Amino acid sequence: MDAILVLEDGRSFRGRSFGALGERLGEVVFNTGMTGYQEVLSDPSYCGQLVVMTAPHIGNTGVNEFDLESPKPQVAGFIVRAHSENYSSWRAKSSLSQLLREHGIVAISEVDTRSLTRHIRAGGAMRGIISTEEDSIERLVQKTLTAPMMEGQDLTKAVTCNQAYPWGEGSNPWRPVTPEGKQNEYPYHVVAYDFGLKRTILRRLVDHGCRVTVVPANTSAQEALDLQPDGIFYSNGPGDPAAATYAAAKLGGLLGKVPIFGICLGHQLMGLAFGGKTFKLPFGHHGVNHPVRYIPTGHVEITSQNHGFAVDPDSLPADVEVTHLNLNDQTIEGLRHRTLPAFCVQYHPEAGPGPHDATYLFGQFVQMMNEERP
Amino acid sequence: MPKRTDLHTILILGSGPIVIGQACEFDYSGAQACKALREEAYRVVLVNSNPATIMTDPELADATYIEPLTVESLEAIIAKERPQALLPTVGGQTALNLAVALHEKGILERYGVELIGASAEAVHIAEDRQRFKEKMLEIGLEVAQSGIAHTWQEAQEVVHKTNFPAIIRPSFTLGGEGAGIAYNVEEFRALVEYALDVSPIHQVLIEESVLGWKEFELEIMRDKADNGVIICSIENIDPMGVHTGDSVTVAPALTLTDREYQQLRDMGLKVLRAVGVETGGSNVQFAVNPRDGRVLVIEMNPRVSRSSALASKATGFPIAKIAAKLAVGYTLDELRNDITRETPASFEPTLDYVVVKIPRWTFEKFSAADQTLGTQMKSVGEVMAIGRTFGEAFQKAWRSLEQGRAGWGADGKGQIERELLRERLITPHPDRFFYIRYALQSGMNVDQIVALTKIDPWFIYEFERLVNLEGRIRAFALDTLPPDLLRQAKRAGYSDAQLAYLLRESVEARFPTEMAVRNRRKALGILPTFHCVDTCAAEFPAFTPYLYSSYETEDEANPSDRRKVLILGSGPNRIGQGIEFDYCCCHAVFGLQKLGYETIMVNCNPETVSTDYDTADRLYFEPLTLEDVLNIVDVEQPAGVLVQFGGQTPLKLSRALEAAGVPIWGTSPDAIDLAEDRERFGTLLDELGIPAPEHGSATSWEEAYAVAQQIGYPVVVRPSYVLGGRAMAIVYDNSSLERYMREAVDASPEHPVLIDRFLEDAFEMDVDAISDGQEVVIAGIMEQIELAGVHSGDSACVIPTYMLAEEHLETLREYTVSLARALGVVGLINIQYAMKDNKIYVLEVNPRASRTIPFVSKATGIPWAQIATQVVAGGLSLPEWAATYRAKEYKHQGYHVKEVVLPWSRFAGVDTLLGPEMRSTGEAMGSGLTFGEAFAKAQQGCGLHFPLQGKAFLSVNDNDKGNLIAIARDLAALGFSLLATGGTAMALQAAGLEVTPIYKVKEGRPNAVDYIKNGEVALVVNTPLGKDSFFDEGAIRRATTTYGVPTVTTLSGAAAAVQAIRSMREGGWITQSLQERISQE
Repeated sequence: MDAILVLEDGRSFRGRSFGALGERLGEVVFNTGMTGYQEVLSDPSYCGQLVVMTAPHIGNTGVNEFDLESPKPQVAGFIVRAHSENYSSWRAKSSLSQLLREHGIVAISEVDTRSLTRHIRAGGAMRGIISTEEDSIERLVQKTLTAPMMEGQDLTKAVTCNQAYPWGEGSNPWRPVTPEGKQNEYPYHVVAYDFGLKRTILRRLVDHGCRVTVVPANTSAQEALDLQPDGIFYSNGPGDPAAATYAAAKLGGLLGKVPIFGICLGHQLMGLAFGGKTFKLPFGHHGVNHPVRYIPTGHVEITSQNHGFAVDPDSLPADVEVTHLNLNDQTIEGLRHRTLPAFCVQYHPEAGPGPHDATYLFGQFVQMMNEERP
Repeated sequence: MPKRTDLHTILILGSGPIVIGQACEFDYSGAQACKALREEAYRVVLVNSNPATIMTDPELADATYIEPLTVESLEAIIAKERPQALLPTVGGQTALNLAVALHEKGILERYGVELIGASAEAVHIAEDRQRFKEKMLEIGLEVAQSGIAHTWQEAQEVVHKTNFPAIIRPSFTLGGEGAGIAYNVEEFRALVEYALDVSPIHQVLIEESVLGWKEFELEIMRDKADNGVIICSIENIDPMGVHTGDSVTVAPALTLTDREYQQLRDMGLKVLRAVGVETGGSNVQFAVNPRDGRVLVIEMNPRVSRSSALASKATGFPIAKIAAKLAVGYTLDELRNDITRETPASFEPTLDYVVVKIPRWTFEKFSAADQTLGTQMKSVGEVMAIGRTFGEAFQKAWRSLEQGRAGWGADGKGQIERELLRERLITPHPDRFFYIRYALQSGMNVDQIVALTKIDPWFIYEFERLVNLEGRIRAFALDTLPPDLLRQAKRAGYSDAQLAYLLRESVEARFPTEMAVRNRRKALGILPTFHCVDTCAAEFPAFTPYLYSSYETEDEANPSDRRKVLILGSGPNRIGQGIEFDYCCCHAVFGLQKLGYETIMVNCNPETVSTDYDTADRLYFEPLTLEDVLNIVDVEQPAGVLVQFGGQTPLKLSRALEAAGVPIWGTSPDAIDLAEDRERFGTLLDELGIPAPEHGSATSWEEAYAVAQQIGYPVVVRPSYVLGGRAMAIVYDNSSLERYMREAVDASPEHPVLIDRFLEDAFEMDVDAISDGQEVVIAGIMEQIELAGVHSGDSACVIPTYMLAEEHLETLREYTVSLARALGVVGLINIQYAMKDNKIYVLEVNPRASRTIPFVSKATGIPWAQIATQVVAGGLSLPEWAATYRAKEYKHQGYHVKEVVLPWSRFAGVDTLLGPEMRSTGEAMGSGLTFGEAFAKAQQGCGLHFPLQGKAFLSVNDNDKGNLIAIARDLAALGFSLLATGGTAMALQAAGLEVTPIYKVKEGRPNAVDYIKNGEVALVVNTPLGKDSFFDEGAIRRATTTYGVPTVTTLSGAAAAVQAIRSMREGGWITQSLQERISQE
């Protein structure tokens, strides 16, 4: 089955469909990771996006239950150079295309993904459409123009959970453990706001001795505090942080009361709550090879990244310290409040996919909770 | 943290002559290290015995020593140059072992030299298998069950625990030398005994077999601030059991989930930290059980390696260069990524393409050798290909190999023996991938193939896709093939030649059928696109034009409008065409750059300096085939193409390129053809009045018989258009000739067999010269130390000549000038001569750069390939240059000897006798004030150490007996006692020498071999007794190879050895840098 990808500026790419049939609109972004396609496509932060994988072969290792970052694929559409229907991995349960079809995700292969990536690099992230139904580029361009821009969109409500639930699975490779009833081994209670939360974050928290209660995005600060957490976690998620004003506002009621750790969107929301501003990056950071300097030690971490917005350094008040810096473009990668127990990073220290260089941040969160305990 | 300011002079060690397992990748890494450190204003002292390297060019270091890589010679250099630091990590295992030896002998401490890049302790942990194993267990990583043995008894105890099959690995050897797999006690004993012997510390690791597990490598860099990055992951398609140097590999790893990959990444960094690699690059190898993901650490190399050269070329990240900078104190984040310029080196390259490496074997030269691939590396070179998909890269890699294949099959070539199918799938073999192809074609399914080969199913599925695609193509003819399908085939990596075969294009004489496909393709607008190797999958703009081709929608070549020249490289290293030609290609680039041309390099060998993106202005990492070169010409529109520097590879293309309208610079393809065409060349020699051995050519046994009758035996036979004496033989009678014609070669009217009279006992000379068509300048006249019959590439040679009379030199000059003029040579020319009974004959003319150019350049201090290039480009007036040059010609003092290394220890069971077929892999150079000193150093450079005393065993043929007397007398005078077999002993005794006669192999015991095995013989002189007594000699030579006894197989070699021994005993050798010598001359 033929498929076509059309961008809002009229650029088009023909290829073959390997997912569900239909038409999907979204912002086209590229991810440069060579491994981890399953984690990428199930990361809720990609909600509303058509994701291009720059690694040419996708699907090689099939899909398995454990590597999903959320219960289902979240991308609006998936764009690859060469899709493998046949896969090889001792953990695989089915093929990538089977998973995509089951969940109604459109996907296109045989696309010149390098040219597409160069186009986005030069022109910035833009709206696009994948279609298996329509052939007229002109009509498809018109459709892309009807899609909302990513800037100004709050997508957290689309991906958050409906009700609170406990999480107890750690990341011990392929041998999940459940901390229920092991209060002593899991002495910290963390309330994790779900703005599009990745499972690997939850697993890392469990690994570090946390019992986690995941709460929906609309949970109020008081409701969260009523759960008597040792710490609050502000999750990653899709969309424009500046549009999720409700989520940033809520932080006002939490800051200073209990240690807070934020990742990705959570970091941007904290930046806003600290009084700063966010802005849209030309084409974002999506990959697993970004060098980040941890300023207190000077050490360089190779990090997993997935964000289209960043916190503006000039907008931050004096009581906020920049702790992490991206060495490719000098954008802010981490913040810490100088007086309140709150810190956050723009990238993904939990990895999944990506390197484990920054796992220490979970240790810092635990330490902070320990210090703040009455 | 900036660079260290307490260091001033840094010593860099090269890796010596090219051997199997250690090839020109260390010229690439060493040259990068030299450049990187000089960029930082350090004074660099370089030692390497291999003259055919770019790193030993005088411009690359402040003081360059082409001296043996021995503790003694290094101590002298250290004493003279007083470096503060030694960088041992860019010269392979040779440099690392030497550094450890210098450390252990207290020499580094005595002269205050610090090891940088790797500490002696780290090297020990990484190389000592027992300590490495303990360290891994200490940090919680798994290794294969194993034990260390120093004796046969210990080995038996270990194997009792680890079981069969057992892997045997000697400690501190190179390229898996001495390693093997034993399936039973008998094999085990033989392997253990040999391994104990080859290990310099007589230690062997016996290991649980993980045959069939998936094999991965990570190239890792770490700096002193503990920043660690993975540069590249490499997956071996051949699973565990085949040495990684003999495996077909792919980068990046393609069959790992992120979770599994990150586990390897964590482990790799842990290994570096535990071993204590504080700065630099390392390679860590893992085995992964495909059934449950269990990971074992196999080994690590605390230095740059063949894999790191591949990783550098595969990613665009220059590992050796960065490693050198880290060694002097920089951290990764302080260094820039050259390609993106804006981003730091502290990142992990990401690939949006696939790289495939395929080894190149040369088993055809060692017909008796076992072709099974195992834990000991046997390949002599490799190719790398880049494609947007695995299939594309895989097809490109096969056609890059230059083994007559247009890709992975689909070309009507190659032979499949049906009954061998299962065996070939089960047992790793150079042809295994063609048998997998055959298996798919004959209906075997993927699961069955996986079960037999243990290759990951993902790759077999990809192969199946290719085979299925071919099936669809075969249904059409060229004019009916749908354009979409043609594009799909090109995107899958098929060459035009493969498509011509699949579409059954008829063969039109002198017009390659692939051109029909090409024309059709171009007419349909199906053109290749070129893409940048940019380290970042297009996330950032790339500033370095390092390109590969694919069939995508957008071309990134962005050619300039400068005046430019394309230089065609020499492809994969093989015996007969190796680093020497890459050296020449690099110099062609340098020469043109000085004239202001834009230089464009085309090559597919990842080990080389020429494929460093820093060498030429633009680099196309592409196969050297007509199709791929024409594609580049179409895009670049060069003013000229140079074909004379890359050996036979570009020459083979020159006529077709010219026919396609490509401007070939220098000597015309027609003149190249004339020199190869015996008929035409014979006529020319007659016209010039230059003698040649009587000769003829034949395409059948009958014709050959007629020629042999006419010119008389013995004759030299060989196919036309070959390099390195491929399939060349000396034939003494009709039956051997018949066998040769019927079995050894495929003669055809286009490629007849050449038959020359063999000049027995002749001296051979090699002459390199430059011409502009009129003016001719002799670069060097080399005298070969072995007599005629030994391939010139396997013979030691000396500059200046040491036995030729001036009148003969004058004749050589005259002949060279008139041949160069007559052929209209523009550029380099190499002529081989023989002298018999004071008459000089021309044996062969090669109107191109030769294997000896680097040696001549190092001996004379003149970069001949550069000069030649500038003459070819018209940027240098040869008459003017010659006038200044001649004023100082022949003034250089001393002697320069080139000696070769032979790969005997890799090919058990192969006779070590030198012959007309070249079999050496590399060379070393020795320089000295006397011939003896130069010869001794060249031998030491090749790892051969003549004894100063002891027993010399002499056994020579009747012809040689007279001339042996003087040599024997010299040996006796030097204090050697003499042993000899019957006839030889009698001859010597008759001359009044004291000799102990000993038995030949079949005469009784103890015989010569027993003496050798018992370590009683210090030196062997054994010249061939003729074609009938091979058994005896073979046994002697195998014993000397195994037990490392210096052996000379020619009398002239023996005479040279005597001079070397005398010089070694007298001492007083000079330690002079190349720069010092040049400035004196």
